[in-house]
Amino acid sequence: MTALHGLLRKEFFHIRRDRRTATVLVALPVVQVLLFGSAIRTDVDDVRLAIVDPAPNNVTLALRNRFTAAGLFRIVAVVARTEDLDSLFQTGAAQQAIVFSHDFATDLGRGEPAQLLVITDATEPNTGSLLQAYADAVVSQWSSEAGRAGPFGPASSINIVPQVRMRFNPTRASSNLFVPGLMAFVLTIICALMTAISLTREKETGTMEALLVSPLRPWEIIAGKVMPYLAVGFASLLLVLVEARFVFAVPVRGSVLLLLTEGLLYVLVSLAFGILISARTSSQRLAMMGVFLTTLLPNVLLSGFIFPVESMPALLQWISFIFPGRWFVVIARGIMLKGIGLEYLWRETLYIAVLATVLLAASVRSFRERLE
Amino acid sequence: MRRILFLAQAEVLHIVRDRILLAQTLIVPMVQLVILSNAATFEIHNTPIQIVDFDRTSASRGVVNRLAANGHFDIVDTTPSLDRVEKRLLDGSITMAVIIPRDFEESLVKTGIAPVELSVNGEKGSAAGIVQAYATRVLTDYAAGLKRPALPGSIGRVLVDPAPRIDVRMRSRYNPTLNYKYYMVPGILVALMTIIGSLLSAQNIAREKELGTLEQLNVTPITRGEFIVAKLLPFWVLGLIELSLGLLIGTLVFGIPVRGSLPLLYAVAAVYLAVAVGIGLWISALVDTQQQAMFVTFFIVNIYLLMSGLFTPIDSMAPWVQTVTLVNPVRHFVAISRAILMKGAGPAEIAQPFLILIGSAIVVLFVAVRQYRKRAA
Repeated sequence: MTALHGLLRKEFFHIRRDRRTATVLVALPVVQVLLFGSAIRTDVDDVRLAIVDPAPNNVTLALRNRFTAAGLFRIVAVVARTEDLDSLFQTGAAQQAIVFSHDFATDLGRGEPAQLLVITDATEPNTGSLLQAYADAVVSQWSSEAGRAGPFGPASSINIVPQVRMRFNPTRASSNLFVPGLMAFVLTIICALMTAISLTREKETGTMEALLVSPLRPWEIIAGKVMPYLAVGFASLLLVLVEARFVFAVPVRGSVLLLLTEGLLYVLVSLAFGILISARTSSQRLAMMGVFLTTLLPNVLLSGFIFPVESMPALLQWISFIFPGRWFVVIARGIMLKGIGLEYLWRETLYIAVLATVLLAASVRSFRERLE
Repeated sequence: MRRILFLAQAEVLHIVRDRILLAQTLIVPMVQLVILSNAATFEIHNTPIQIVDFDRTSASRGVVNRLAANGHFDIVDTTPSLDRVEKRLLDGSITMAVIIPRDFEESLVKTGIAPVELSVNGEKGSAAGIVQAYATRVLTDYAAGLKRPALPGSIGRVLVDPAPRIDVRMRSRYNPTLNYKYYMVPGILVALMTIIGSLLSAQNIAREKELGTLEQLNVTPITRGEFIVAKLLPFWVLGLIELSLGLLIGTLVFGIPVRGSLPLLYAVAAVYLAVAVGIGLWISALVDTQQQAMFVTFFIVNIYLLMSGLFTPIDSMAPWVQTVTLVNPVRHFVAISRAILMKGAGPAEIAQPFLILIGSAIVVLFVAVRQYRKRAA
């Protein structure tokens, strides 16, 4: 045990001596959550709208005003011909265009269907379909109100009124959704990076030989490498949680203690992953590339932090099961937004615990192979 | 010139010699492109929902049938229990519960208006909003259909024709099938190019410092400018190779459209890569160890990815973040590649972001050359 104690002290010295790195390790997640928490949103507002109105008159102006009155749309251009829209769309100056037919007002006055074309930049399909839905709602509301008001005849008479209750996030604040996921994303990468090069660096600088001839057993070396960073990772976790709560006002409806325990477990599994990479690669460069390639994009795309897991093809849903981030997103959102406890989250927790054990065991093993 | 080529050749050998590194830089990214492009979608299909029908009349069954036939929903539970709804929303096994109150049909017949409650799992984010919009649409369409004599006792009202209406036609420009892959493939390709280029360049000089080989280079007659150019060149070529491979996969596997000019795209890519690799080299000249290089790169690459409009639209970001993203080269390159590939934009339409990239390239390379000093501090 004294040997392990010695190794632990050495690792702590490494961290403490390099002040710059230590500060970076703790501060980085906090800064990132602050930046990305404000950046990652999917709300659509302030839509840049172009109008094509070949024959402007009272009726078309009324509908145009209706669009701006909603507060969601901002008219950026009024052009005469549809062809003029091309460059507006290509530069991104306009996101959506309303094209009135030449006889729009006349048709409406005569009681004939009036033609209205809504062109949407659907490069990004999610925004595209949301914009279509918004425009559709504005037009149909306007026409039904105009109908009730008289000139266009009576309005429709049967209505089913959907009463929507947005559970767990009634204000639909993007930060409530993305900040818990962001925590998972930032922590997993920084933790994996911290340990990823710890063994390869010893190999590159030649100090590995010294470790090998010491009386330390493989598991002690792995433990000595992981434990100091567990403390650093936990400090980051605490800061990030405080930030989520007080900067982004994300609620913590469930048990804080449970959240911290789960967070610690998640930090551990990420560190273990880094250690495994480190034990299996020969240079810092390979270890780094390995960590970046296996954690960065998969953690953004497969964890459900931005894109819902349910929307993925079945095969990818299966692949996503491997990534602990996917499970931690469920846990963090569950505890913070829904206020649920282990009775709902035991499966996710168990999986992360098992994965951490397997990764650590695999690191010890591949380290032992190297010894023989 | 010869000095540049010799040093560049050394860098190429470093990459080619190392089989694992070569696989990491060329094969892994392409595999990721093929796999991950499928993951990024907000599309909704087979959303699990629960229906709680307290009414059990022909009108309420009509609602249920419409929801079932819609194709977006998968009715996993019809137990008429609100406790069950609560439990399922909590454990996440349903995204929405549709609750039809007891006097639904009666209210429709008598007053022509009746509520239906949609309890949506708001934890599901933008999926929640879309699911709710779909359900609302189903309900509205169903109500519109009821104007025909489907509802007993409402015949008097059904004759009222909602006469003058506006015939709204929707056109989705550039992506009529709303295919998410057309949007994501160029984005992920840019992301991968950038990650590889930045990582390799950022740890490059730091590694030479750690191994002590930088001292050897410092005593050669190579100038600072030549040194940076020689370091930049291999990664720049590598980036263009990645782009070509990715475009090939994108068009062959995913059928992404190429509506604009490819030479224009490559011209922009050439400038962009100079910026991305230049930033990497600047970091590398700045730090002392590979470990520091790694953390700084990690920070910058994350900003590249999450603040570039790759995954979530720039337009949705907080205003101050939108301003910050103007200095992010990835933002401009992603916007330009999507504009060229999907919208067929020409030089005039991409002029503004392209000029920003050219300006960034000049600044970044200047700073990188300044940062690299031939004497140890």
